[in-house]
Amino acid sequence: MAGLEDLYREIILDHYRSPRNRGELPIPPAHRVEGFNPLCGDEIVVYLDVEDGVVSDLKISGQGCSISQSSASMMSAAAKGRTVAEVRTLVRSFKSMMSIHESQLGTDGDGEEGEDDDGSDDLLDPSSLGELAALAGVVKFPVRIKCATLSWNTLSQGLDEVESAES
Amino acid sequence: MSAEPKIVLDTDVKRRSTGSTGERSPRRAGVVPAAGHADLDPRALRADFPLLSSDRPGGRVVYLDSAASAQHPRSVLDAMDRYYETTHANVHRGVYAIAEEATRLYESARVAVGRFVGAPRPATEIVFTKNVTEAINLVAYSWARHELGAGDVVVLTEIEHHANLVPWLMLAQDRGVELRYLRLGADYQLDVSDIDRLVDGAKLVALTCASNVLGTVVDLAPVVAAAKRAGALVLADGAQLVPHRPVDVAALGVDFFGFTGHKMLGPTGIGVLWAREEILEVMPPFLGGGEMIRDVRLDGFTPNELPWKFEAGTPPIAEAVGLGAAVDYLSAVGLERVHAHESALTAYALDRLASEHGDDVTVFGPAADPVRRSGVISFAVRDVHPHDVAQVLDTRGICVRAGHHCAKPLMRCLGVPATTRASLYLYNDEEDVDELVDALRDVRRLFG
Ligand SMILES: Cc1ncc(COP(=O)(O)O)c(C=O)c1O
Repeated sequence: MAGLEDLYREIILDHYRSPRNRGELPIPPAHRVEGFNPLCGDEIVVYLDVEDGVVSDLKISGQGCSISQSSASMMSAAAKGRTVAEVRTLVRSFKSMMSIHESQLGTDGDGEEGEDDDGSDDLLDPSSLGELAALAGVVKFPVRIKCATLSWNTLSQGLDEVESAES
Repeated sequence: MSAEPKIVLDTDVKRRSTGSTGERSPRRAGVVPAAGHADLDPRALRADFPLLSSDRPGGRVVYLDSAASAQHPRSVLDAMDRYYETTHANVHRGVYAIAEEATRLYESARVAVGRFVGAPRPATEIVFTKNVTEAINLVAYSWARHELGAGDVVVLTEIEHHANLVPWLMLAQDRGVELRYLRLGADYQLDVSDIDRLVDGAKLVALTCASNVLGTVVDLAPVVAAAKRAGALVLADGAQLVPHRPVDVAALGVDFFGFTGHKMLGPTGIGVLWAREEILEVMPPFLGGGEMIRDVRLDGFTPNELPWKFEAGTPPIAEAVGLGAAVDYLSAVGLERVHAHESALTAYALDRLASEHGDDVTVFGPAADPVRRSGVISFAVRDVHPHDVAQVLDTRGICVRAGHHCAKPLMRCLGVPATTRASLYLYNDEEDVDELVDALRDVRRLFG
């Protein structure tokens, strides 16, 4: 059986206790996008500044459990300053780390599967995800996977909205 | 063990199944068993519940989630097995012996369940549904869509489970019915100070008997009295009351009353709607199909008599048999004793939480009170999200629920996204509470 230490790694608790990039950004120019986890009522708000194809600033607000909050905090640290294309690869890589295990576990993995799994050739190896790899243990707790992916799905939606607004 | 498939009304079966604690108190219609028996012994009762036994594969669990769904005594599981092994056939209209016997079992379960809640005419006024959610929807579709139109008023409360909110929100959308709400007042009780103005002009007041989040047991009397004065009918959601206290629907003075099998030691897949016969008589059918008709022609149909008019299709027969066995088990133990036990244990739990955790644990619910409070205990651990609380408790085999408990408007009113909820039942004891209180120390240590 998976132990608590698989879930609550020290780095995760650290991000939970002292979340990075917490706050809001003025809109416009920033873009604001909300995500909900209907299961537990968690809410996340991502503020996103995209300039010349680069995520120049990113802030997180909302409330949730240690997994959703620390995942959002780590995501903000990892995504800030990167190009949109790099961030998209990061999102896909993170979600694949969450979903490969989901299918191995034989759960239906509703919502997390699918489109992000193809084109996997450009995915980053979990070992090169840095701190984010600490969240890999979450897959042993299937009900918590949605907590970990909430902010990533929200960011992904935000990038889509920014791009469609530009085109 | 007798080979003859027996169900309900057999006190000997009950006494055997409840072991040393089964006192002889044959159930009678509407009669609340007398109080003053020896205290209930939860440890002895646990021996009747396979899932709660200490040699369960995977280890003993500390089950504190009965408000979501209760566990089953062996007698319920046996009654259902026995039914499937010896008597299964479709009910009604079968001419062969086992079909007749299946019908008899199904209909006698109806009567047993009806008597359990004091239904004056259980054979006609008890409608089996899938769960209490369906019972409420039946009223919202059949009665309300027939009786109510634009501008009519339905009064609800802000502490309702979604099961007693969404059907009325859908009605409001469909028909332009106006919804008004009783608010939460002092000590987590409903504020009824302005009840007469609120129900003025209303056609229906629909409210829960007990909150599945706060543990508040609603004082129905002033609400029912005000509704009567205003000429409104009352629907009460008994899902969180029927499993825990003696209930007499006639004495409550309500018009519709729903409850759900799986919270009262019965199986999933069966719920109950009770309503006064005069009301059921004039209500149009809900779902259409077999069983609910007396005659069908190509240009129309004639609905069946009560209660079958509201039971379209093959009903949950084994589930009814299981629910019959569940009410037998509860009656044999005695609802007064269940209530007394839970009240004492709730007071113990609230006391221990306060003394061990002080301000670090906040309980959302009334102070201990045998009348106005149930064994549902929702709480927050300072700076720890309910999901994380429940996760840590799980590693110690403690089952609690974390989330919004299907009461999002109430969560908004409390100003939290979710709570952790421990709920007590007849098989819980002080040791279970101690386990919870101790484990919360681990929670605080991990996240502190
Ligand atoms: C007060 C209350 N009403 C309604 C329900 C819904 O019960 P069911 O899902 O069995 O229909 C519940 C249970 O979750 C409840 O606690």
